[in-house]
Amino acid sequence: MTELMLHKGNGAEPLVTLRGAGISRGGRWLVRGVDFSVLPGEIVTLIGPNGSGKSTTAKMATGVLKPSEGEVIRRGGLKVGYVPQKLAIDWTMPLTVERLMTLTGALPAQEIDAALAATGIAHMKKAEVHHLSGGEFQRALLARAIARKPDLLVLDEPVQGVDYAGEALLYELIGRIRRQIGCGILLISHDLHIVMAEADTVICLNGHVCCRGTPKAVSESNAYRNLFGARGSAAIAFYDHHHDHEHLPDGRVRHADGTVTDHCHPDDGHHHDHADHAHAGHDHAGHDHAHHDRDHAHHDQAPKGGHRHA
Amino acid sequence: MLDDFFIRALLAGLGLALVAGPLGCFVIWRRMAYFGDTMAHSALLGVALSLLLHVNLTVAVFGVATLVSLALLALQRRGALSTDALLGILSHSTLAIGLVLAAFLTWVRFDLMTYLFGDILAVGQTDILMIWGGGVLVLLALAKIWRPLIAATVNPELAEAEGMEPERTRLFFMLLLALVIAIAIKVVGILLVTAMLIIPAAAARRFAGSPEIMAVMASGLGMVAVAGGLFGSLRFDTPSGPSIVVAALVIFLVSLLPFGQRKTIDQPGPGQRADSRRGGIS
Repeated sequence: MTELMLHKGNGAEPLVTLRGAGISRGGRWLVRGVDFSVLPGEIVTLIGPNGSGKSTTAKMATGVLKPSEGEVIRRGGLKVGYVPQKLAIDWTMPLTVERLMTLTGALPAQEIDAALAATGIAHMKKAEVHHLSGGEFQRALLARAIARKPDLLVLDEPVQGVDYAGEALLYELIGRIRRQIGCGILLISHDLHIVMAEADTVICLNGHVCCRGTPKAVSESNAYRNLFGARGSAAIAFYDHHHDHEHLPDGRVRHADGTVTDHCHPDDGHHHDHADHAHAGHDHAGHDHAHHDRDHAHHDQAPKGGHRHA
Repeated sequence: MLDDFFIRALLAGLGLALVAGPLGCFVIWRRMAYFGDTMAHSALLGVALSLLLHVNLTVAVFGVATLVSLALLALQRRGALSTDALLGILSHSTLAIGLVLAAFLTWVRFDLMTYLFGDILAVGQTDILMIWGGGVLVLLALAKIWRPLIAATVNPELAEAEGMEPERTRLFFMLLLALVIAIAIKVVGILLVTAMLIIPAAAARRFAGSPEIMAVMASGLGMVAVAGGLFGSLRFDTPSGPSIVVAALVIFLVSLLPFGQRKTIDQPGPGQRADSRRGGIS
């Protein structure tokens, strides 16, 4: 871990900071009260079930979506490399891997070659993107994003459609990229419990930040070591977390004390080894902050206008 | 054989094909064929207004096509109807208003066929200047926004995340398309404008290895279609606009023939996921 610390800009200005950021669409909050920042050289992993607001949060961080509340601060002149969750290139557009590399900016030929070599698809340079396999296409997108030498790399489910062995290799590659170009990485994972071992922070989202912590090495868990083998265990980690509240199918929330409320408090639920709940940017005036035995029933009676969760 | 009017027609047609090629590629890549059709249909309203207000035909058609694309953007933002339904409303209502207005113009001879199918043999020197001047302007502007437009076509969110402005680029592209449709009305007419945009580009896809090559090839194939169509129309005494489109179709059909080592149609690979057409929002 000491090697990693060398690359983390201690005390450096964050690349991007989200403070109490949320997006509402048609009167419904997609995600709310998100607080985190990404420092140079830091890997932040977002996990959460489908529809929990992971991609929405990533889009706030990149500036594609403007927050409906709270704020998103990007460092001046921040250069972003982005791998979107879904990218379908229309068959009618002829596009080789080489041409894909210069999609958003011109690049010297040797940097294109270096990025393709780093992701292991140098031999695919002249291939049409439509002929690549899922894993190869994902690598091409990653190569395109890193060839720009970004300050911040935003990867939205970069290991989708890749098996566990391939996932471990991609995570190793992402770790290498961080060490080589020293960029900060915001990584979205579709898996709730399996994350990249090198991640510095794991944030679990479900419409709000459910909990945050650090990954636990797979090597500490026998079951997972058997599943992934010795090679996988180095790159893949287990994220062990339990929440004190449960998201019901109808959108309501059942809390540990058995009460059911319409909404979840933005900083509910941490049964986790991390005790530092950063509350910066939150406005909880008037709320009782005793964490786990709070009576949530008052949410139902609260007047809509003045309430944060209305 | 080559009369003066024929040389003028050839010059006008070649100028149009030159500029329609690259723009037509974007119409195909962005799946905007119906949008192009809508703009073209709205041109009839432009024609009626130009006769009513005594303004230049190209200027009036460009103005109406621009208004229609702005109206589409505004209606899309409301999000109440799908884009193709909105385009259907705009397309046919502007066409109908144009025809109704034309009925009031009792003092001018309104030859509908001229506008529907073009009258390339009647182009004058001013028209040729308009086509080439406007065409070069459009090509220069397109070259300037080329990279952002390609990036926005591949994925607007990716383009925006990496510091581009895909919405502005899209609007700019719509204006360029309106301009091309305005200058194309004289050559192939309202009903066949979209054909000049998409058929040469579709034929070029088969042979192109990059977006840039496809754009250049679409221009070239379009010019061949213009020349072939015009000579054919002279030889067989057929209407010139439709003859050009038929020539373009023949080129497209030839491009489908299974020659060379590659298969006729590449199977969409994993790069094109079946569940989303382009940059899905999640």
